[in-house]
Amino acid sequence: MRNLIAPLALILLGVALFFLFPYNLAFATRIVIMVILVLSLDLVLGYAGIPTLGQGAMYGAGAYAAGLFAIHIWADPFAGLIAGALAGAILALISGFVLMRASGLTLIMLTIAVASICHEIANRARGVTGGADGLRGIRMDPVFGIFEFDFIGVTGYWYTFGVAALVFAFLVILVRSPFGLGLRGIHESPDRMMAIGAPVYWRRLAAYVVGGAIAGIAGALTAQISQLVSLETFAFALSAEAMIMLILGGMGRLYGAAIGTVVFMWVHHTAAANDPFNWLFVIGAMVLAVVFFLPSGLISLPAAVTRLIKGGRNGGA
Amino acid sequence: MAGLEVRGLTKNFGGLVVSEDIDFDLRPGDRKALIGPNGAGKSTFANLVTGILEPSSGTIHFDGRDIGRLGEARRVKLGIAKTFQVTTLFPKLTVRENLRLPVLERENRGFRMLRRADGDPKVEAEVEALMAQFDLSKLADRQVANLAYGQQRLVELALTLALKPRVLILDEPAAGVPSGETHLITDAIANLPANLAVLVIEHDMDLVFKVAQSIVVLVQGRILTEGTPREIAADAKVRELYLGGGHG
Repeated sequence: MRNLIAPLALILLGVALFFLFPYNLAFATRIVIMVILVLSLDLVLGYAGIPTLGQGAMYGAGAYAAGLFAIHIWADPFAGLIAGALAGAILALISGFVLMRASGLTLIMLTIAVASICHEIANRARGVTGGADGLRGIRMDPVFGIFEFDFIGVTGYWYTFGVAALVFAFLVILVRSPFGLGLRGIHESPDRMMAIGAPVYWRRLAAYVVGGAIAGIAGALTAQISQLVSLETFAFALSAEAMIMLILGGMGRLYGAAIGTVVFMWVHHTAAANDPFNWLFVIGAMVLAVVFFLPSGLISLPAAVTRLIKGGRNGGA
Repeated sequence: MAGLEVRGLTKNFGGLVVSEDIDFDLRPGDRKALIGPNGAGKSTFANLVTGILEPSSGTIHFDGRDIGRLGEARRVKLGIAKTFQVTTLFPKLTVRENLRLPVLERENRGFRMLRRADGDPKVEAEVEALMAQFDLSKLADRQVANLAYGQQRLVELALTLALKPRVLILDEPAAGVPSGETHLITDAIANLPANLAVLVIEHDMDLVFKVAQSIVVLVQGRILTEGTPREIAADAKVRELYLGGGHG
């Protein structure tokens, strides 16, 4: 019974988002897509401990791949998701061959470089990608051949939410698997993993590729829902924001990734609407507060509160 | 030929020679110790044998197979395992998880993504047995970062044995362990499987004399002498080295 509470809460959160933003389903959908991107980052950074500020590269690759696939080959949404996942995975594989040999700051710089290169390629290849104008003319077929993508975005939201739920379920299984345990091992001590005979390089590469595929799915969803792919998908800001959302929610915790994203996007949205000039201050204050008081992220809030209450009792005695 | 056979092993970093022309054998069931003053190249030798470092020249054979150029992970798969001078574990994982990982790796299941890591009763039984053997069962669900150092040392030993190695290299197993807990380590080493080949690198002479049948003395990257504990204790050059050099 207890094992069901968290997944149910997450599903409820998804349903709640739908009703919280009835006139802005595009925004609710964007939140869910970001959750997928941040989940991919959580696998790579939170579990495997691979520092990256370039997760947007795979996201963008997935977006362009799904967009082009829909325009030129087949407009089926699920086929498009597979195209996006493959694009993200392939880019992660190719870049990962080099990246996974690096570590620390060098690695971070290289991940930023990969995203910048992708950005520039998409910018130059106007004939294919539409360059700075973006990739236009994406028209998706109905989901399952039944549900048309409507103007308000109802189909888009539930479609995205369904995909996010599947990704989440897959990751729950993955992080409990021997592979997932091994990633935590690599995160904790690569030397020790090597000394028990684990091929650390290939393990990290595999994690990077799986993370890339998931980021690609997130990108593909963006392309399908907004019917447009812009150069912004490769922007550094996106990768950086994804990392902030992850830190906010709690690294190495799947639920943390989901909660961090929802809270960040919501606060961002509300603060920006109420005070267009100072909203960044609100975001900054929130991140600072969490990092100071809840270093393990919002996901650790219940445990921290419990400790505070118990500690208070003991302190009073 | 069974066991480890090292011939003419040399390692230099630039002009600095840290291991020079080392000949060394380790057979199944051997209990050898490698001693020598600081900077003698003991850890370098261990790193050469386990594949963390690549030799400049010389050969390393294991069961007749040339392993001198194999990577670290490959050598572990062949059965050469080591513990580190400074305990190297997965600090935020529990004792149970720390022991589950090497068993899974040994069984080549590390890439399995869709099954539960704790889902195989055989693996779990083996983990339980290891914890029982090293008296760690009560600590099974504690993070190893929260254990006493001596206990962490035992976890590392258990973790290494989970690989079912045939050659075990212990790099200063008692280093940093409070003297009151050293007997835990000594007992654990004494209880290692009889056919395992064990090489202990150690400063602690008490421990060396308790566990080793044979002692190799390394000085400035070269083997000074090799002999039984009794011979080594009586050796004039060794005495001069240890007493004269202020080491103990």
